[in-house]
Amino acid sequence: MRNIFLFIRRYFNFLLFLLLQIYCIYLIINYNKYHQAVGSAYMNEITGRVNKQYNIVDNFLQLNKSNEALKKENEWLRNQLKSNFENPDTANQVITDSIPFDTLGNKRKWLYQAAKVVSNSVTTQNNFVVLNRGAGQQLRKDEGVIDPNNGVVGIITEVSENFAVVMSLLHKDSRISGILKNDPLGGGSIIWDGKEPNYLSFINVRKSARAKKGDTVLTSGITPTFPYGKMIGVIDQIYPDKSTNNFIIKIKSAANFYNLQYVYAIDNAQKDEINRLLEKAKSKINN
Amino acid sequence: MSTLVKNIVRFALLILMQFFVLDKIHLHQMVTPYIYFLFILWMPFKFNRTLQMVLAFALGFTLDSFRHSPGFHAAACVLIAYIRPFIINVLIPQEGADSNFEEPSARSMGGIFPYLVYAGLLTLIHHGWLFLLEALEFGNAWYFILKTLLSTIISLALIFITELLFSRKQKFRTNTV
Repeated sequence: MRNIFLFIRRYFNFLLFLLLQIYCIYLIINYNKYHQAVGSAYMNEITGRVNKQYNIVDNFLQLNKSNEALKKENEWLRNQLKSNFENPDTANQVITDSIPFDTLGNKRKWLYQAAKVVSNSVTTQNNFVVLNRGAGQQLRKDEGVIDPNNGVVGIITEVSENFAVVMSLLHKDSRISGILKNDPLGGGSIIWDGKEPNYLSFINVRKSARAKKGDTVLTSGITPTFPYGKMIGVIDQIYPDKSTNNFIIKIKSAANFYNLQYVYAIDNAQKDEINRLLEKAKSKINN
Repeated sequence: MSTLVKNIVRFALLILMQFFVLDKIHLHQMVTPYIYFLFILWMPFKFNRTLQMVLAFALGFTLDSFRHSPGFHAAACVLIAYIRPFIINVLIPQEGADSNFEEPSARSMGGIFPYLVYAGLLTLIHHGWLFLLEALEFGNAWYFILKTLLSTIISLALIFITELLFSRKQKFRTNTV
């Protein structure tokens, strides 16, 4: 007995080495039973936590890429929306190649085009947003621009080969038409007084309109620039205009102009036709 | 920094470095760089052999847990931890150098060459045993030999770079310990 203990004591390291090796090989061979091994669940928990932490960092670093992918997907999805197609009130259609159709034969009216914001200002009186997409990528002048949450950003005023300049709502000359969501008859114009970014003025609203603090203001859809129902902002304060019989309403813009990253330009595929018609009507009157 | 804290930090950093950086690098199907076993190469002389093996097992088992392939690295680490003292005994230049310095390095082993032999041998054994265990399940002999040699070269290069980047200041202690 004593000799055995002496042997073990003398060769303890070698025996420990053998034992550990055998245990390792046992683990390798019984890989599928590993999940039953003592402590493996515990190790899984620990490594899982470390992996999670790493994943947070990794995700942060991949944010740009995933944003890009989401933007692409959003653009594609928005273009599938039924509200972008309009059915003319007649069975007889003149088919031209310039306007695409969906599978039901409806004419496309609105086309969303994703664009990245490369430059943006909020501090001056006349603010512009510059987009990294231009005429070479099918952007045109006078398209409306919204942010990813459907908040109105502005209207494209200049287009070059690869860039477009958007006159943001925070511009002294910016003027778009809006209506109250709760009272579609209460329409008016959205302007900016040049004082506070993210706060706009909604003027020429008749006093009979049912306007409350917190109500939503939407685009009216009567201009060819924006479709109906894009959110402009939320009513913050309502003042009566003493010189006229109208309200002046201060609204908080839906788009946050401080951190615009991606926007969508909305092309009205029927705008040319509308404009041609208007020209024709005007020339007739002038003659 | 005390020996304990230093080794704990090393353990954690090397495992994280191995799993989250080196394992994400796909150089070639032949080449897999490993660096985490530097923990074993750098273990102090004064740890007794039992402790060295237990620590090596813990190191290998941790990496295995991350990779969900239990046993492979633990086996290779235990093997080099077991062999390490023999190699040090052969390579250490004069009597008592292992008590004059804290841990193996080019300085404590009396030059770059003995240290290179020490690191190279252990790396080769580690990779060889690791890939052998893997090859028992899949792969052929030539692939195994080539993979071991190429990976050893790359790992040694990485170890060399690590030694240059993080120079360990080895204080000469009097041999009155």
